[in-house]
Amino acid sequence: MIYVAFALALWALGWWVNARLASGPYASSRAVGLLAPAIFGLTLLAVWELLVRGLEVPLVILPPPSLIALRFGGSLPILWADFVQTFVKGALSGYVIGCAAAFVTAIAIDRSDFLRRGLLPVGNFVAALPIVGTAPILVMWYGFDWHSKAAVVVVMVFFPMLVNTVAGLAEASAMQRDLMHTYAASYRQSLVKLRLPAAMPFVFNGLKISTTLALIGAIVAEFFGSPTVGMGFRISTSVGQLALDMVWAEIVVAALAGSLFYGAVAMIEKAVTFWHPSQRG
Amino acid sequence: MTEGGVLRNLAAVLTVVGIIVVIWYAACVPMNIKGVLTQAAREGVAVVPEDAAERRAASEIGLVWQNRFAIPQTWAEDRPRLPAPHQVAIEMWETTVEKKITSKRSLIYHGWVTLSATLLGFAIGTGLGILLAVGIVHSRVMDLSVMPWAIVSQTIPIIALAPMIIVVLYSIGVQGLLPKAIISAYLSFFPVVVGMVKGLRSPDHMQLDLLRTYNASGSETFWKLRLPASVPYLFTSLKVGIAASLVGAIVGELPTGAVAGLGARLLAGSYYGQTIQIWSALFAAAILAAVLVGILGVIERVLLRRMGMAS
Repeated sequence: MIYVAFALALWALGWWVNARLASGPYASSRAVGLLAPAIFGLTLLAVWELLVRGLEVPLVILPPPSLIALRFGGSLPILWADFVQTFVKGALSGYVIGCAAAFVTAIAIDRSDFLRRGLLPVGNFVAALPIVGTAPILVMWYGFDWHSKAAVVVVMVFFPMLVNTVAGLAEASAMQRDLMHTYAASYRQSLVKLRLPAAMPFVFNGLKISTTLALIGAIVAEFFGSPTVGMGFRISTSVGQLALDMVWAEIVVAALAGSLFYGAVAMIEKAVTFWHPSQRG
Repeated sequence: MTEGGVLRNLAAVLTVVGIIVVIWYAACVPMNIKGVLTQAAREGVAVVPEDAAERRAASEIGLVWQNRFAIPQTWAEDRPRLPAPHQVAIEMWETTVEKKITSKRSLIYHGWVTLSATLLGFAIGTGLGILLAVGIVHSRVMDLSVMPWAIVSQTIPIIALAPMIIVVLYSIGVQGLLPKAIISAYLSFFPVVVGMVKGLRSPDHMQLDLLRTYNASGSETFWKLRLPASVPYLFTSLKVGIAASLVGAIVGELPTGAVAGLGARLLAGSYYGQTIQIWSALFAAAILAAVLVGILGVIERVLLRRMGMAS
């Protein structure tokens, strides 16, 4: 019971510190912007730990964060192998292929107004569908190894990326296009010098949406069959063995991989679209 | 949009769909040719090349060319690698219209199982999401400490939690609809929070100042300005949320080897190599998603017109 009381006290303390920070003079500074969520996160972890110990929650329901951290540190080789299998081989290769294919398709159909008009509603429609469902089919076609996972990822990222790129290519205004026309710019020149740069914010929007989709696709596809390595495989088998600390360790890996992947793409975006109002802050 | 414009768009969409169907039929031929030829050889039909091992090594396109007689059969196989569109359509017709709804093989029954979990989860997720968004907008502390995590959560595959939630809830005796609904709920929760916060913050200074000159209280500002202004943002994230909810419900059916639901149909189909069943479950899920998003779109349009915000 002492643990529970301590947890409540800690929660109140964390909240009080954040309330002071939020109403203090530096509330809109960058340091507080980082500190407040960090305090919140750490309090949450501590409260989790204390509550699990205090209420003696069984390990098969919710392991405390300390055990998860121990398991994480203790099985780094396994986690690394799973990461390479699912993220590097499955998600990343599928992401590159899918996004590149969508980009090329978007440029190819861009010249035909008719195709664009037809493809955009279809693409929007498909982008909202539960495409993860193609996983069993693609696993059947391409086998259990990472190729099928990459294929699922390709299908998942293709349409969001296509729709965004096509929308981006229409972004340059009529005035700007006319200007290129008065320069006697060819289709190619106006594409490379005007319309592709103007499309970049949209392209990166598609790329950022696709980072999450790629990980989801690669992990869920492993639920339908995989070799004995991979994040999705480890999650489903560890759940079966009730080794929940391992499951949580994999979820930590997935969270780290997802946010770092997104962060990397966002950093490239910052460098490429430095001219866009949203980046100049 | 003018009527001519709509018609032209419709024609364009139909053309693209037509192209996809043609590509699909064409893809069936090389995908299924090996299975068809094996079958034909077993029935004593002369196929080129006759040796089975040689056929396995040969390229699909070459086999099609040498065995042109087998092409129609590639669209009518029992367990094709890629079923033809009409096979999927027939299977869907048989399992929706011709089966009783109570039958275990009725797609409507399985669709309903998934749909009910989706809707329950979606309602929970959006309800909590809107509440949290209201809290974030009105409390600086919550904004500072919770909002960054809500944004980060969008970049991580939280769906990986699904198998654990199912199994843990099962071990404490909760099963059936609720575990799937919980997965649906947390998948739709974060998009709604982020979208709703954006929407509640969308009124600009001018509008907020105007309400201040009216001496409006905080709750009046909320009900008369912030909430109405957030509606377009809310619907955008609701559409994302309901699609995510459906994915959550489907994935939630996988780990326990559930007996009912579209996810269970997918899993059973992949165990037994029933490709036509997989494809029809997939299309049922797609139609469900499209209908749900479509309904939200209609509600949005009617509501915005009523509120005088229609563009």
